[in-house]
Amino acid sequence: MSTAPLLTHDNPAAIVAWRPDGPVSVAAYLADATALAEQLPATGYLLNLCHDRYHFAVGFAAGLLRGMTSLQPSSQSTTTFRRLQAGYPDLVCLCDGSTDTQDLPRFDFPARDLLAGRRKQTADICVPAIPFDHLAAILFTSGSTGLPQAQRKTWGKLAANGRAEAVALGLLDRPHTIVGTVPVQHSYGFESTFLLALHGACSFWAGKPFFPQDIAGALAAVPQPRLLVSTPFHLSTLLAAGIELPPLDLLLSATAPLSATLANEAEARTGAPLLEIYGSTESGQLASRRTTDGAAWTLLSDVRLEQAADETVACDGHVEGRVPLGDRIELLPDGRFLLHGRHADLINIAGKRTSLAYLNHQLCAIPGVVDGTFFLPDDQVADGVTRLSAFVVAPGLTARQLGIALRQRIDAIFLPRPLVLVDGLPRNSTGKLPRAELQALYAEKIAHGRS
Amino acid sequence: MSQAISQEAVAALLPEVAQLIVTALNLDLAPGEIEADAPLFGDGLGLDSIDVLEIALVISKQYGFQLKSDSEDNIRIFSSLRALTEHIVSRRTK
Repeated sequence: MSTAPLLTHDNPAAIVAWRPDGPVSVAAYLADATALAEQLPATGYLLNLCHDRYHFAVGFAAGLLRGMTSLQPSSQSTTTFRRLQAGYPDLVCLCDGSTDTQDLPRFDFPARDLLAGRRKQTADICVPAIPFDHLAAILFTSGSTGLPQAQRKTWGKLAANGRAEAVALGLLDRPHTIVGTVPVQHSYGFESTFLLALHGACSFWAGKPFFPQDIAGALAAVPQPRLLVSTPFHLSTLLAAGIELPPLDLLLSATAPLSATLANEAEARTGAPLLEIYGSTESGQLASRRTTDGAAWTLLSDVRLEQAADETVACDGHVEGRVPLGDRIELLPDGRFLLHGRHADLINIAGKRTSLAYLNHQLCAIPGVVDGTFFLPDDQVADGVTRLSAFVVAPGLTARQLGIALRQRIDAIFLPRPLVLVDGLPRNSTGKLPRAELQALYAEKIAHGRS
Repeated sequence: MSQAISQEAVAALLPEVAQLIVTALNLDLAPGEIEADAPLFGDGLGLDSIDVLEIALVISKQYGFQLKSDSEDNIRIFSSLRALTEHIVSRRTK
């Protein structure tokens, strides 16, 4: 049976995490994971809701040691918990705070001393070997129907993803300390803070800084070289805040396209190169680029793209099976490629995905709505978060009432800003809504009213 | 908080902060429609964490201080227009 190690640091004294009270060595991490594994209930699935990145990492490793699978949904709504409970009846939540887990079985992360007490007994440290084929995690994406789809990840592929990313970022010869503004449970944060640290011999900051001042504080708490793992939106607010930042060595961005303007500004302000990662929850990470070097992406080690007709498929390397991609891709002769945006129906806002078809279905299912459509305007704000608009025919209903009804049906990030009531939609003779007509309606009803 | 904040100062600043929120987030309502004590998230205005960062940025520009989540209760500050305004009154440098 082939295996992959839990982590690739070459000595037990190497640092794997940084907490407000100091560094955590590989030996201490393995001891904590072993201790937690002995306390966890023996079930098949672990819903690891820990906020602290180190707690998550201990829980994930403990789960692996017990042969469990980590469930990583894209939201923590009531509906999500219900679906998980139905699909994985023997799941147990791991929590490190006052997280509301409703009536799901729950295990609270033990107090520090309950784990630390075990460390003295663990004299011989040996890095666990996890079966390559073990189903280590299931990440969930919202499919085009809006229903979550399970993406199954084996440990061997996850470890290879972490390693491939470390190679692409040039970290293998110079391990960095990683500060992430993104949650560790979602694919990008999972790959670029947790897996990257474990399989790139790096270390990570346990917190998830939010405000610009928090990010500066977290960076100051860890030694150089420092890698900041973030998103275009977080990076642009960080730069706009104009605060002084500790020296940075590398910036990483993903979840949405980054403008060349922001990339140039970020590099000029921090003196650090800015790399972008391209991938998806289904495929894992596929490619990287330094934005200021140009638009072309370079594939990570061993990953391949195949094209047939309009569809591009990712395969090989750490990709699980063959994964069709939702983006329009142009392959270049040198093995690199260009991204030309997403297929028209797919929407990605702040890293959350859905489809226009699903949103329109939910909108038109509201009692009193005669016709309606969501619309993503062309004039997207560079590096900001573009919000959807909606045009609705609903005599007798107000925009406020429709907003409340929509909030019960769709994720808040997709709520239209604004929702405009109209007498009719500009449907053509076949009943379709030409995009140009909607853009004109948007210009007339919304854009003109803005400064 | 080092000193008691004046409720008159808070009441006087409420309309200005409401206007900041509406402008920063491009909301489709008049500033006066934001109720001072209604929740900004969830069933109230339905704001999300993206909005919080947008608001934090305009507040830092307008009032000359940076929001931090480790020193203050982030959830409490953004619980309502009044709570946010109280925080601004107590921390503003301009």
